[in-house]
Amino acid sequence: MAYSDKVVDHYNNPRNVGSMDKADPNVGTGMVGAPECGDVMKLQIKVNPATHIIEDAKFKTFGCGSAIASSSLATEWLKGKTVDEALDIKNTDIVNELALPPVKIHCSVLAEDAIKAAISDYKAKSTVETAVTA
Amino acid sequence: MKLPIYLDNHATTPLDPRVLDAMMPYLTEHFGNAASRNHAFGWAAEEAVEKARKQIASLIGANSKEIIFTSGATESNNLAIKGVAQMYAEKGNHIITAATEHKAVLDTCKHLEKEGIRITYLPVMGDGRIDLDMLREAITDKTILVSIMYANNEMGVIQPVAEIGKICKERGILFHCDAVQAVGKIPVNVITDGIDIMSITAHKLYGPKGVGALYVRRRNPRVQLTAQMDGGGHERGMRSGTLNVPGIVGLGAACEIAQKEMPQEIARASALRDRLRAKLEANLEETYINGSLEHRLPHNLNMSFAYVEGESLLMGINDIAVSSGSACTSATLEPSYVLKAMGLGDDLAHTSIRFGIGRFNTEEEIDYTAEKMIQVVNKLRELSPLWEMFKDGVDLSKVQWTAH
Repeated sequence: MAYSDKVVDHYNNPRNVGSMDKADPNVGTGMVGAPECGDVMKLQIKVNPATHIIEDAKFKTFGCGSAIASSSLATEWLKGKTVDEALDIKNTDIVNELALPPVKIHCSVLAEDAIKAAISDYKAKSTVETAVTA
Repeated sequence: MKLPIYLDNHATTPLDPRVLDAMMPYLTEHFGNAASRNHAFGWAAEEAVEKARKQIASLIGANSKEIIFTSGATESNNLAIKGVAQMYAEKGNHIITAATEHKAVLDTCKHLEKEGIRITYLPVMGDGRIDLDMLREAITDKTILVSIMYANNEMGVIQPVAEIGKICKERGILFHCDAVQAVGKIPVNVITDGIDIMSITAHKLYGPKGVGALYVRRRNPRVQLTAQMDGGGHERGMRSGTLNVPGIVGLGAACEIAQKEMPQEIARASALRDRLRAKLEANLEETYINGSLEHRLPHNLNMSFAYVEGESLLMGINDIAVSSGSACTSATLEPSYVLKAMGLGDDLAHTSIRFGIGRFNTEEEIDYTAEKMIQVVNKLRELSPLWEMFKDGVDLSKVQWTAH
């Protein structure tokens, strides 16, 4: 299968690879997929609690080139967005940007799931945090 | 060294230039139809075909009259299995095969199931070989055929063919063997192996594509097959159709070369394979060999690189042609059914790479491949959340995954 130039670029130069401290109350972690299915994405966001802006995003992905590219692109898009804006990122945006073929659409779905999972983890944590401080 | 490097010799092999030389005259001046009995053009073609029949027979310990030409292994497997099922329908309606067979065998069996034939799909053990006791137990008085491959196309594991042949003989059952990966690579002998029908294809042994053969035993027992195509009654009535003379000449020449050079070639291929394996194992942890190492084709290495998905690995080594058992490389998004049948977890099947070493590979190519593999596996592991968890001591089998 031929990959689009953008997929190849993200594969060769993945953006924002890494991990953040899961225990940090401002960090939201989303881990989706399963090893048996051939892809697992871990996506993390660091949110400024005052502005709700995502100041940093990191990923690690086990999966095909399209899965790596989808999650790499997601971290690029997340940075600078507010949490609510981030929820508007749709898998179809990723498909279009990376020119993913039909068999690779599930990679973009997984990336969207990872974004949502990271945000809901952050929200769950910050609610608890607020409750404790109150 | 020229890039890209071809290490996918189980998929197909390049045409040996010596084979092409043998074929050329039959693509040009000797264009006759081997069935034309009344002129020199036909005689020249027929003579070439008969020579090829002898070259093939000699390689596998058969008589040249027992060789039927076909278009390749898929046709050979179809003709063998359907031909027996129809010809011996009065004797029984049960066929035994194995879960790790090629699709040309499995799908032929599935087709016959719809027509009322009962098929037993034997499982394989962890090393990829069938359990002979299970084979014995599966045989009933309705069993007419056992179809088990010689060596597997994915992991190169060699089945206990001679033992299977013996069991079949004792029970009076025909034994068909899909030997496309083995013929020309390791010694195959239809007499000592007790094979009654055997599929061969030219393009896996440095011959041309589009031509193959079926060995059909003529005595003790005399095997008969129902033809699957109607026509001029060529090939003892079993396979109609004008013979592909240049292709057949190529198959014959390829067999002769393979027979002559086999001992050196086995030594060379296994040395390169072992070199590749040693380098990979010395430099990478968490690698696993899939299938028996003892009963294995000398030119095959099938390895899983845990925590690195196969397709992303192929993408990183894009100047090396290999294949992967990963789902992402198949149209079905299912990981290799062969590796699954061996009991390999889907997670490891997704990380498997098949290396098929061939006649024209060099030590330099193997070293380049090993270095590139090590570099890419390390890079992808840095990217892998599973590798991170493994390094943190997390038991991945206990994690609640969100399967999709």
